[in-house]
Amino acid sequence: MAAEAVLDIRNLVVEFPTRRGVLTAIRGIDLTIGRGEILGVVGESGAGKSLTGAAVIGLLESGGRIAEGEIHVCGRRIDQLPLREMQKLRGRTIGAIFQDPLTSLNPLLTVGDQLIETMRVHMPLSRAGAMARAVRLLQEVGIPSPELRIAQYPHQFSGGMRQRVVIALALCAEPELVIADEPTTALDVSIQAQITALLKRVCRDRGTAMMLITHDMGVIAETADRVAVMYAGRIVEIGPVASIIRAPRHPYTKGLIGSIPSLTQRSERLVQIDGSMPRLNAMPEGCAFHPRCRFAMAQCRRERPPLMPAGTSEAACWHLNGEVSHVA
Amino acid sequence: MSLDEQPALAASDIACWFPLPQSWLDRAVFGKPSRMVKAVDGISFAIPRGTTFAIVGESGCGKSTVARMVVGLQDPTRGTFDFAAGRGRKGRLRTQMIFQDPFASLNPRWRVGDIIAEPIRELGLCEDTRETVRRMHGLLDTVGLGSRDAGRYPHEFSGGQRQRISIARALAAEPEFLVCDEPTSALDVSVQAQILNLLADLQSDLGLTYLFISHNLSAVRHVSDRVAVMYLGRIVEEAPADEIFDRPRHPYTKFLLGSVPNLLHPDRERIPVAVDLPSPISPPPGCTYHPRCPLASDLCRAGAPEASRLGATTIRCHHAREIHLS
Repeated sequence: MAAEAVLDIRNLVVEFPTRRGVLTAIRGIDLTIGRGEILGVVGESGAGKSLTGAAVIGLLESGGRIAEGEIHVCGRRIDQLPLREMQKLRGRTIGAIFQDPLTSLNPLLTVGDQLIETMRVHMPLSRAGAMARAVRLLQEVGIPSPELRIAQYPHQFSGGMRQRVVIALALCAEPELVIADEPTTALDVSIQAQITALLKRVCRDRGTAMMLITHDMGVIAETADRVAVMYAGRIVEIGPVASIIRAPRHPYTKGLIGSIPSLTQRSERLVQIDGSMPRLNAMPEGCAFHPRCRFAMAQCRRERPPLMPAGTSEAACWHLNGEVSHVA
Repeated sequence: MSLDEQPALAASDIACWFPLPQSWLDRAVFGKPSRMVKAVDGISFAIPRGTTFAIVGESGCGKSTVARMVVGLQDPTRGTFDFAAGRGRKGRLRTQMIFQDPFASLNPRWRVGDIIAEPIRELGLCEDTRETVRRMHGLLDTVGLGSRDAGRYPHEFSGGQRQRISIARALAAEPEFLVCDEPTSALDVSVQAQILNLLADLQSDLGLTYLFISHNLSAVRHVSDRVAVMYLGRIVEEAPADEIFDRPRHPYTKFLLGSVPNLLHPDRERIPVAVDLPSPISPPPGCTYHPRCPLASDLCRAGAPEASRLGATTIRCHHAREIHLS
């Protein structure tokens, strides 16, 4: 498995040094994504999911640094590469799709110019050859009459169409891995469904591995193969999507899924997780979730649970140890 | 009609048109007529006291413009809002609004206590300063924050907590009618649950009436009594919440409901729609939904449908009868 993984993250720790001490935002993450696989990364704001994606592309905000751990893409270690090497990798090996399609496109260049520029930087193509590829690519992502649209500027596209252009841009140099950070959050639900279907088809057809970062469990359910649930800089549960949604093991995952209002029936009261995620400078001892957990016991306050196998998935919770069974 | 039966708010034939900017050359030399965006184009509804009325739709359908008109931030081009008698200005219901973005709607230079106390002072709701402070602490407690939070600034709070501050500020004016414009769309789902539960508690404790604007259909199902689905400035279907969600009639409502991701049935059949939302500047002729509609016929391309009633549902669709029978 490890040999064929496109992305392999081992014990990743990301820190932000500040005047009042070092803040650790990601506290040891291990994950792998295989060819053609979509791994969903889900969690509340501040859980560290976007930071994980940024660390892989090498676009951590200034001050942030990878303090420990290794990131391997296609068998090559990339976390210590110099800037120039990293720039060659971005676009060619790792593509990125961000939340806001308007700010990820250059408003002064036509859509075609942006696609052609990206392709010619990474591949030995003539301008005409790149143009032909760009038209095919726009067709593939579902933009009607691509030969006309290619000469237009980003502002002439609607939100959903713009996000299709961004997806085409991320895919144009045929990367092995795509980091999609909240690709549908800025879109209407009707367009969101089209975009998730597109991402799924692209990964299946091209064998591209994808890390799909979102806070929307519904998007994960429809798109991803496996899902990693993050809380306070750690993965608290990881496994196949279907089993995590139908039978979540970690109390946090249960709360997260329970708090989604159902479309098919009206309940009197929504399940809510009281409180909020701990701040980075006030991380509780033991399990980071224990102050909000209904099942917290003495051990949870003292010791941090490691990821333990639970059915087809893995979860980090002491209650899975068999001593306490009332959570299941 | 007795006072109790009178709806908290009755809107009749509301429209809001915005002129499009035009170059002076076009206007003065070529004499081109100015074009209008019909953001809202003739909608009517009534909200009974103590209930929640929800308006749903995609971005650009005009739902936020309706919210802004109800609280008076925007004047309607035509039509009237008829509020029931209450404690507010001109003896009508006192209305307050909760905004979508809890980061932009709180003054970053004011302490939370001052933000919440301002409406109390402005409206003279409390006798003296001590009374005001006591009321302000009471409001913080109502929305689940502590008295200590009064001395802090908005940036010290998370999104969910800021939305609670925003709710406390709205409640400080002792409103009878609350307009909630996408109150949870900037929040995480676990925090959304906290805020929706809080809004439900406040409604049952204080007897508030809500106008709830949202694009999140599952949140709407959870909070609302009646739902109106808006499309390009018009209400295409309006019915009791259970009716809309269990027996959607309009093709657009069906399409919207089908687009919502379903956790337990992620691979179900979907109605495929390739066409994006048309621009509200130049809406299609006839029924504005016809380019995306699977049932579209020549009738739909020719003329806009009138509202018709099917049981408890009001619907604007030429094929309403056939849908009802099938």
